[in-house]
Amino acid sequence: MNEIIKVTNLTKQFKQITAVNNLSFNVNSGDVYGFLGQNGAGKSTTIRMLLTLIQPTNGSIEIFGLPLQNNRNEILKNIGAVIEKPDVYKYLSAYDNLKLFARLNGTRPTHHQLMQQLEIVGLANRAKDKVATFSQGMKQRVGIAIALIHQPQLIILDEPTNGLDPQGIADIRNLIIKLSKEHGKTILISSHLLSEIEQIATRILIIDKGKKIIEDTATALFNPSQTIVEIETTNNEFALQQLQKSKWLTSIQQHTTNTITFKLDKSQIPTLNSNLVEMQIQLISIKPRHSLEDYFLRVTTAN
Amino acid sequence: MKKLGFLFLILLCFQSIVFSQDATTLLNKVKAKINLVNDYTATGKMKTDITFIKAPIGKVTVYFKKPNKFKLKKENGISILPKGGVSINIGAIINVEDFDIIDSGEEIIDNTITRKIILLPKNETNDVALSTMYIDAEKLLVKKVVTTTKENGTYQILISYGNYSQYGLPDKVVFGFNTKDYKMPKGITMEFDDEGKKEMREKMKNKKGKVEIMYNTYIINKGINDAIFN
Amino acid sequence: MFTLIQIELYKIFNRPRTYIAFIAIAALTIIVQLGLKVDGKEYADFVMADLKNTFSIDGKIINGYFVCYVLLQLLLVHVPLLIALIAADMISGEANIGTLRLLLTKPISRVQFIIAKFIATCIYTVALLIWLAILGLLLSIFIFGTGDLLLLKNNYVVQLQQNDIFWRYTGAFLFAAIAMITVAAVGFFLSLFAENSIGPIVATMSIIIVCTILSTMSLPLFNLIKPYLFTTHLVTWKEFFDIKINNQNETIAGSIQNPAKIINSLTVLIAHIIILISITIFIFKKKDILS
Repeated sequence: MNEIIKVTNLTKQFKQITAVNNLSFNVNSGDVYGFLGQNGAGKSTTIRMLLTLIQPTNGSIEIFGLPLQNNRNEILKNIGAVIEKPDVYKYLSAYDNLKLFARLNGTRPTHHQLMQQLEIVGLANRAKDKVATFSQGMKQRVGIAIALIHQPQLIILDEPTNGLDPQGIADIRNLIIKLSKEHGKTILISSHLLSEIEQIATRILIIDKGKKIIEDTATALFNPSQTIVEIETTNNEFALQQLQKSKWLTSIQQHTTNTITFKLDKSQIPTLNSNLVEMQIQLISIKPRHSLEDYFLRVTTAN
Repeated sequence: MKKLGFLFLILLCFQSIVFSQDATTLLNKVKAKINLVNDYTATGKMKTDITFIKAPIGKVTVYFKKPNKFKLKKENGISILPKGGVSINIGAIINVEDFDIIDSGEEIIDNTITRKIILLPKNETNDVALSTMYIDAEKLLVKKVVTTTKENGTYQILISYGNYSQYGLPDKVVFGFNTKDYKMPKGITMEFDDEGKKEMREKMKNKKGKVEIMYNTYIINKGINDAIFN
Repeated sequence: MFTLIQIELYKIFNRPRTYIAFIAIAALTIIVQLGLKVDGKEYADFVMADLKNTFSIDGKIINGYFVCYVLLQLLLVHVPLLIALIAADMISGEANIGTLRLLLTKPISRVQFIIAKFIATCIYTVALLIWLAILGLLLSIFIFGTGDLLLLKNNYVVQLQQNDIFWRYTGAFLFAAIAMITVAAVGFFLSLFAENSIGPIVATMSIIIVCTILSTMSLPLFNLIKPYLFTTHLVTWKEFFDIKINNQNETIAGSIQNPAKIINSLTVLIAHIIILISITIFIFKKKDILS
């Protein structure tokens, strides 16, 4: 597996605050690399260091096998990026924005290529309209078109779904899947929501307070044996009494006045369900979720 | 001895009267000569020598029409002339009826013996307070005029003649005059920088100004449209 | 590099704000021209009142050259503010609308980027002056014709012959270009430190205003620092309109009274530009883009 990004002991110190603390990770060719962390965890700072917007205090970054510091322009030529809000020139049209940024990449796409790119992000019919008249989602799509116009190998998306409606989020998700599967792009995507990443990421890194918490493949992290099941009953006290006598006792993680949480393998959920009915526990709801989500929430809401 | 003294006194008085009459006659003769010119258009050059004015030598055209119409024009240019000075023509000054004439003897101007004649206005409202003329009696040419006015101070006119002396028209006229201090408020000039100009300012304290007109050609008595003088 | 400059210019001239300055200059110029066309004689009489006590001044005082001089005197005080509007927005404006971070992830070195931006700013500045020259000089000549230029200085009067004036305006406009680029450099430098355009624009204008006041007040304390203030040198274009005289007190056509002063001012201004832009490049090269 070919290393596209190799980050080693990366640190960024802003006066008193250590935004990124000794962070190391690799992104391999073909990865959809999910970069997770709460707001302020250091995701943006890391991404900005990858894009040379911020100078690291310490550590090294290699992209495409080259040290970033000495090969900045060569590397950036092959990266497309959307950094937080996709701000472009509002007084220019989508088409003109796309053309302008393409030229800054050193490419001169034809009219056909430009229109094709806008077609991909679904803006072909608004190509000549000023971006000022666009909705947030449309602006985001202009940003993505700009990130893709020069056919980069690596695409870096920093919180690309911020401020989007559910349809917009779904659109972007589908586009990422398409770029990865059909065009073989390597994608680094950051988010503060696990739900956004879990469906598309092949590998995931979670950071908090600038430090790596966990990095693994999605399959490993979403191991079904780690499923959390939360139930809500009409009478929790009674339910707990019943459960004391059952084999599920060991699986109980915690309980509150109206919920009880289990940790078990996903395949056990149907059995649990029928057992609860047998014990005459009246269920209001039964919600399974993955333990990573719990973990992520716990880690990232601790402060 | 007393007799002699009396005689001398009479002689002196007589002489004075004779001279005085002679001065009037002389002035009349000069005026008659000048009066031969009804109008003229002259071209020449003008040089302004006033310490606080930096002006170029410019070509000028001068128009004159009897009795006292006078106009100096600089083609497309701007002319700065002392008020009242240049435009006063000699013909107008030599107005024997309005002035008391005092003969003051002779004086040498430009190697020429001239008669010095003082003119005092009879009328108190006249702007001229005193005018002294130096006249080349032989050629009937006014060589120098020093006039003190009530409004515009004293000015001096030095006149040299050449080709047009038969008409009493000069080749060169130099007007000398006193100027007032020049100082503009910064708000109007919008110049706020005074540095390094002290010497210049000192130099400019010299309040003598001069305007020289050097005439090249005259067109005499060919008639001039009055519109020019407006 | 050429592409970069082109893109920067494309951005500048696609913004409505850019044209505010052009419209403002056109409006001011035309108002002044109209005023002088209607009441020029009164204006001349007012300005020359003192002189007219002693002298009779004859000729076309209000001509195109004179009008242009009046315009430059009035406008070159305000043009810096118009330049600040664009120059102080060059970096901060992009930071504000969020395009700066996107631009800087493009394969262009930051030094190139900043130089291209500054050159584009200079071109805008020069374009503004060309516009001023067209309206202020050429249109004035068209409306009022040419003639001798009579200028009143604090301590003396200068009369320039009409065939000795045009080159002086050429010089004055070239000088003004350097002067205005200095202003642009100040705004450009300040735009480095903010993520909104208002701050640097107001800061640039304030600096110009404060320095102009220091430059124009004749207090001994201020006189010490005056030679080093760029605002002191912004008005040196006027030196092109002062002429040498010979010992006969005649003006020498084609001469300038104090060329050393022009050279000195140019040196100070160019030094300002070089220093400001060098610092800008130095800081920008290492700057973390957090906008």
